[in-house]
Parts: sequence; structure tokens; C-alpha cells
Amino acid sequence: MPEAVAGRRRRRRRLSFNLYLWLGGGLLGLFVLLALFGPAIAPYDTAAQDLFALMQPPSAEHLLGTDNVGRDILSRIIVGTRYTLSIALVATLAAGLGGVALGAVAGYFGGLTDRIVTGFVDLLLTVPNLVLAIAIAAAVGASATGLTVAITASFIPPIARLMRARVIELKEEDFVSAAVTTGMSHTRILLRHVLPNASTVIVIEMSLNAGQAVLVGSALGFLGLGVQPPAPEWGAMLGASREFYAIAPHLVVAPGIAISLLVLAFNLTGDGLRDHFDPGIQR
Amino acid sequence: MSRVLDIEGLTVGFETGGRRFDAVREVDLALDGGEVLALVGESGSGKSVTALAVMGLLPEVAEITAGTIRFEDRDLARLGEAEMAAVRGARIGLIFQEPMTSLNPTMRVGPQVAEVLRLHKRAGAAAARRAVEELFALVRIPDPAARYDDFPHQMSGGMRQRVVIALALACRPALLIADEPTTALDVTTQAQILELFRDLQREIGQATILITHDLAVVAETAHRVAVMYAGRIVEESASEALFAGALHPYTRGLLRSIPVVRTGPAAGHPRRLVEIPGTVPPPWDLPQGCAFAPRCPRASARCRAERPPLMPFDGGRRAACWHPHVEREDAA
Repeated sequence: MPEAVAGRRRRRRRLSFNLYLWLGGGLLGLFVLLALFGPAIAPYDTAAQDLFALMQPPSAEHLLGTDNVGRDILSRIIVGTRYTLSIALVATLAAGLGGVALGAVAGYFGGLTDRIVTGFVDLLLTVPNLVLAIAIAAAVGASATGLTVAITASFIPPIARLMRARVIELKEEDFVSAAVTTGMSHTRILLRHVLPNASTVIVIEMSLNAGQAVLVGSALGFLGLGVQPPAPEWGAMLGASREFYAIAPHLVVAPGIAISLLVLAFNLTGDGLRDHFDPGIQR
Repeated sequence: MSRVLDIEGLTVGFETGGRRFDAVREVDLALDGGEVLALVGESGSGKSVTALAVMGLLPEVAEITAGTIRFEDRDLARLGEAEMAAVRGARIGLIFQEPMTSLNPTMRVGPQVAEVLRLHKRAGAAAARRAVEELFALVRIPDPAARYDDFPHQMSGGMRQRVVIALALACRPALLIADEPTTALDVTTQAQILELFRDLQREIGQATILITHDLAVVAETAHRVAVMYAGRIVEESASEALFAGALHPYTRGLLRSIPVVRTGPAAGHPRRLVEIPGTVPPPWDLPQGCAFAPRCPRASARCRAERPPLMPFDGGRRAACWHPHVEREDAA
């Protein structure tokens, strides 16, 4: 590529402000801060009940109103960030690790290993995400840990498939063959030459998965299979307030919006990363 | 000079799609230290498979069914994978055809070369870095210390090919195999890389197998040439002798199919390029006699019935032909 063209492209890329990445990243940063310092920021104690102020609509005192037992909804949302975010992040990372390992081994070594791994992954894929998560949550028990395990298990297959495809592609690259000719071991080639070249695809997929993980986690919480009340987990909050949504809609709206915003933050980040790494897709 | 590589009776069999065939048949090749041998032939002639067999990198569907590959007192044809990995990169270096794709885009070029040194020579980080900078200087990369931290995409094709050469030479191998090392480069860069090859040959003195279909590259770099056709060596000789007058009609055909710019009285009347009629027969369907007979202008009944062995000629030349061009006046 001529120097001038490369230079122009680089400049254009720097100039074109990646709106998605900035918005998503900013929003995500905000949530991370809430998760870290939630209890310090929250105006009220999340468990403090005010039986004289049940299901109050938003006011200056309670910005998002109070719930059916008179707890401050804003405080509960703020503190609850910690549950949702950590479940989504841990599950996504664990699924990423598991999926990358499985996919890399299957794709790189092929043969019988590949058939076994692919068979297992395909089997998992035939079960819908949520159903699988429910089954695992039921088996492991309804808790934050159970929820994390469930989401992790249901998110391994897509990552494994993606990784396998990418590794099969990369295996044919000259620099991998070149590494073989230098007498390097397969483990080393896989770690040093194959994985780094697959990382972009995986990072993008994982950030999009994190959004999905928030949704699945909240759904399980809503169904009572996740974090148990009175802990202020958003899904559980939604679940607990569904009986009152006709008389006090703000009980449902607040955690709903929180969930949507967090999903949006992850998805925007994912899209932003994709545009950043692969500008060809943009237009 | 001492003998570095001695291939005897190498036969490589493939088994794909229920078909069995030999891609390389009874190949004999010997190479001394400091010598450059060009392995020439069309696609499918077996030149790359021969090189892969030496590297122990044959695909799974292929295996060495006969012959020996003696290299540094060992038979590479019978070496286990672990021992072979210790030879690869350390004692035998390989240069790939595509400098644009044979470097890892996510790694800086210096560490990529250093990695090989650390692997085979157990060099420490600082020592490896110093050694790589020396290697970069050796392959004429300007400002080696600064380029050490470049990513491949920051370099031109010629510079990358120099890095690839440095990588292949990192452990000072006794044998270097270069598979079409200049094909992917533009013409001016090609000339520079070939010149670098000649210089390195003088400075390091490793034996080199140059795999190519480009006879111009052969003329400029190789001491000896082995021409392969349908898995066999059909002619082998010193490169001056080959260009002065090839024995085998196939070699003649190859030489006639490259353009020559003439100067002097003949200028303005460019010689017509002559292609060889027909195509290389598939290795599972070779004719009974000489494999080249169906395309050969000199073929006789004997050629079609009986395969000519590789026979010695004057000046240490060898050719497998019943009707070689030995008449001097016939030289092209």
C-alpha cells in the first residue's frame, strides 16, 4: 500500500469519532463505578423499609419512588448493579475461556478431538440458552454462583464454534506453517501465533455475549432461579414487583430500564469494537 | 567441501481419495556445503514434496515409502517427530514464498526472530535481542535496532522477506531451503534479494536448495540445477552447462519458454516463445515409458515403451533420456 494512502486512512480512522465505542464504553464505565461504590453512593439503605411510604411514585425524596415494602428503588438499583454486572462479566469471561480453549483445540488438532468437541458443542446448541440455564440453575441451586455457572455453560458453545472456525482459518496461514518449520511445539504455536490473531473476533463476540448474559441472568432472577430476595438484583426486583405493576408501574419500569441500559452499554461496546477493528464493515 | 545432504532413492507415496500414487520417485540428490542447488520444475513435478520430505513436513496423506535422506549423520527419513523438530529451524531453515503472509501480524518482527533463537539456542532475552539485531544487519535491514520493534505491516515486502531470511538463518543452519523466495516480490526487489542471497552464501556458506520455476533466478544464483518432471529428476548439471546446452528435451523446452531480450544484430526480431505442448500427466496415470514422451518432439517407440534411467554424461552431468541433445551445434 502506498505510504500516502496508508497515512490518509490512518488519519481518517482517527478523525472518525467512534460514537458506539464512546457511548457504550462511557455507559459501561458508569455502571462499573456504580458496582464498585454502590453502597457508598446509594442515598438509602437497600433493606431499610419505610412502611409509611409504600409504592410511592418518584419524588424529590425518593427519586425513583419506593417499592411495595417502602424501600428506596434508586438505592436498590444502584447497589444491584454489582450483582448483575459481576454475574454477566464473570460468566462471559469464563465462557470465553472455556469456549476459546475448546474451539482452539478442536480447530487446531482436528480429527477425532475435533469430532468429539464439535459433537458436544452441537449437542449443547440444540438446547435453547434459557432452558439450559434453567436446568443448570435448578441443578446447582438458586444463587449467584448457580446463575453464573448456568450462563457460562450456555455461552460456551457459540464461542467454541467461532473460535474453531477462526483457528481452522488461521491454521492455513503461512506464518503458522512458517512457525512449524522453525521446530516450534504445537502448544507454543497455538498460544503465540494462533490465539493472538483470533483475539479480535473473540473480544467482539464476548462483549456482545455480555449483553445477552445480562438478559439471561435477569430472566433467571425474574423466575426466582437466581439471586434470592431481599438482595436487590434487578431481575429479582422485576419478579417481585410484577404483581403490583398495574397500581405502581414505576416498580417495574426502573429495573427494566436499568437492565436495558446495561445491555445497551455492552452491545454498543461490542459494535464499537467491531467497527474499530474491522472498519471495512462500516460502509 | 563436505557433503551436507545426501538423498538416495527417495520415493514419496500419497494416498488420497482412494488413490495411491508416488509424487516423488527414486530421487537421488547430493549437496555440499556452500553449494546452491536449484530444483526446477512445473507445478506437480515433485520439487516441493521433495523439500517437504527433507523437512519432515509431509502432509498426513503422504509418506516416504523408500529411500534415505542423510543429513549430518542421520537419516531424516526415519527420524521421529520430536527429533525432527529439533532439526527444523535449527539445522535446516526454510524460506517461504510469501513474505507478506509468513510473518505473524500480531507480533513485532524482532521478537518473532528472537523466539527461534530462544527455542533452539536457549538464548536469554538480552542475548537474543542482540543476536537478532546482528541478523537484521546481516540481511541488510537498515537501522536494525529500530526495526526490531516494527510490526510486519509497517515494513515493505522486500524488508519482510529479509526478516523471513533472518528467521531462517537465525540458528545458522547447515541447510537452507528456499521455496520460490522471490516470486512474490516485484522485479527490483527480486534483484536485491537475489543479491543478498549470493552475499549471504559467501558469508555464511550454508548449503541451499532453491526451489523455483523461474530459470532467470536459477541462472543468477545456483551452482547446480536439477530439473524434475513427474516426480523424477530428468536432468542434473552445473548451471552454466545447463544454460549453454541442456541435454534433456524437457529442459530445452523450459529454456525456450522464457523470454530473452536480444541486443545487437538480432534486436528487433525477438525470438518466438515456444511453449511445451500438452500438460504434465497426473502422477497416478503416468505413461509406461518416459513420462515426457507424449509431449516430446524427439520421442521414439523406445521412449514410449521403456523408461530411460538417469544416465551420466560428460562433466558430471546426468540426464534421463534416450535421445539427449548431445550434438554441440544443436545448442540453443
